[in-house]
Amino acid sequence: MGDARDLLVVGAGPAGMAAAWRAAQNGLRVSVVDDNPAAGGQIWRGGPPEATVWFERIRGVDVDVINGARVFQQLRPGTLLAETTSGVRELSYKSLVLATGARELFLPFPGWTLPNVMGAGGLQALVKTGLPIEGKRVVVAGSGPLLLAVAAYLRGHGANVLLIAEQASSMQLARFAVGLFSKRSQAFELKRQLKGVPYRSSCWVSKAYGTEKLEGVTLFRGKKSYQVSCDYLACGFHLVPNVELAKLLGCDVEPGGVRVNEFQQTTLANVYSAGETTGIGGLELSLVEGEIAGLAAAGKHDAARELFPLRAKQRKFADLLNRTFALCDELKHLSTPQTIVCRCEDVTFERLQKHTSWRAAKLQTRCGMGPCQGRICGGAVEFLFGWSAESVRPPALPVRIDSLIRK
Amino acid sequence: MRETVTLVVNGMSVEMPAGSMVSAAILKTGTHAFRRSVTGEPRGPLCGMGICFECRVTIDGEQHCRSCQTVCRNGMDVRTDG
Repeated sequence: MGDARDLLVVGAGPAGMAAAWRAAQNGLRVSVVDDNPAAGGQIWRGGPPEATVWFERIRGVDVDVINGARVFQQLRPGTLLAETTSGVRELSYKSLVLATGARELFLPFPGWTLPNVMGAGGLQALVKTGLPIEGKRVVVAGSGPLLLAVAAYLRGHGANVLLIAEQASSMQLARFAVGLFSKRSQAFELKRQLKGVPYRSSCWVSKAYGTEKLEGVTLFRGKKSYQVSCDYLACGFHLVPNVELAKLLGCDVEPGGVRVNEFQQTTLANVYSAGETTGIGGLELSLVEGEIAGLAAAGKHDAARELFPLRAKQRKFADLLNRTFALCDELKHLSTPQTIVCRCEDVTFERLQKHTSWRAAKLQTRCGMGPCQGRICGGAVEFLFGWSAESVRPPALPVRIDSLIRK
Repeated sequence: MRETVTLVVNGMSVEMPAGSMVSAAILKTGTHAFRRSVTGEPRGPLCGMGICFECRVTIDGEQHCRSCQTVCRNGMDVRTDG
């Protein structure tokens, strides 16, 4: 197509912004498309002060940012379709960067479908976008460094954070604390913000209770259980990459994320990927990967190479992170037979247990076939049963029927 | 003073800071069940980022809108189905 832009970036989080900035700086015509109403991704939702430099960088170059547009299909190689409130847009490109980020991993336990049981990042996103949290009692649970950041954020906004329940053991966490040495100023700041909030290791929510909404949780630690009344449970078990679009396009995807070479290039020559999409590694790694992808897409391979040592350093930290917060096997036994695993189709644990593969379970129970297309239960069934999704078929997300039958 | 917008959730008027999401406005009115699941369970937002589809509601007559990805506008009419 004659009017194809040089580079299309899917995802306006840190990796996408870094890729767009580097590519535009080097003369490419760049567009960034994102599902959310504003740029910044999840971590920079609401434009926090630490992101200012990056927002300014993007404003300082000629980049077309298309917000509120969800990419759902490939029309033909080199053209994606995105649904917006005002109709479908065709987005043509010569090169593509997939910076689709990550989502929280949710594990089912009795009561996890109750209103006010949310992801850790989920509750934070709601507060960032207007939910008053002052005086509300919140339990933060699950796994990963996100729990600390979320607890500090909520507390800063007046929430009464009752405790943080981290499934990893104190031994795992001690190793991580040593590895944190390079980020100690951030770590000390978090510690200050969370002063007085209990941080429990080897601890998790075994049950959420309530009728029409959450009233409290049962926490499990060691051999003991105890109940805590609360208004919100913010619970996520670290992150999993969003690889659906990469799969739809035909890129190779490995268990940890989209497969890329040293220039962040996927197995498709003109498609790059950066950030959490290629493996969970945090903000700093996302930024440097994004920069490398943007430079490589612009043909600036020498400049990209200069960033390899920084990326290697951040990857080491990411490896430590992922080892520290590896999920313990006990979490596989939180569900009762009646616990819902697939929330879209209300498929219970006992109905899934009878099957031997994701495909068989899908065909027999509709697990993973509702509106979220397995984005929520997919990670859970992989952890619980070892099944992984085989393929992604268009549309990658539910869209209006008009969006599919136009023309 | 920060700019605000006023919308209507299930007939109840609610004022929100400009830029807020509809999901936050619904919770602010004290409504926690946004919809009923296929077996009739109450459900509310889970992921907060447009992926889980648990927060879908009817906005200005259009069904199945993800309230966590929709910015509040003045005069918006929001209906939950919980």
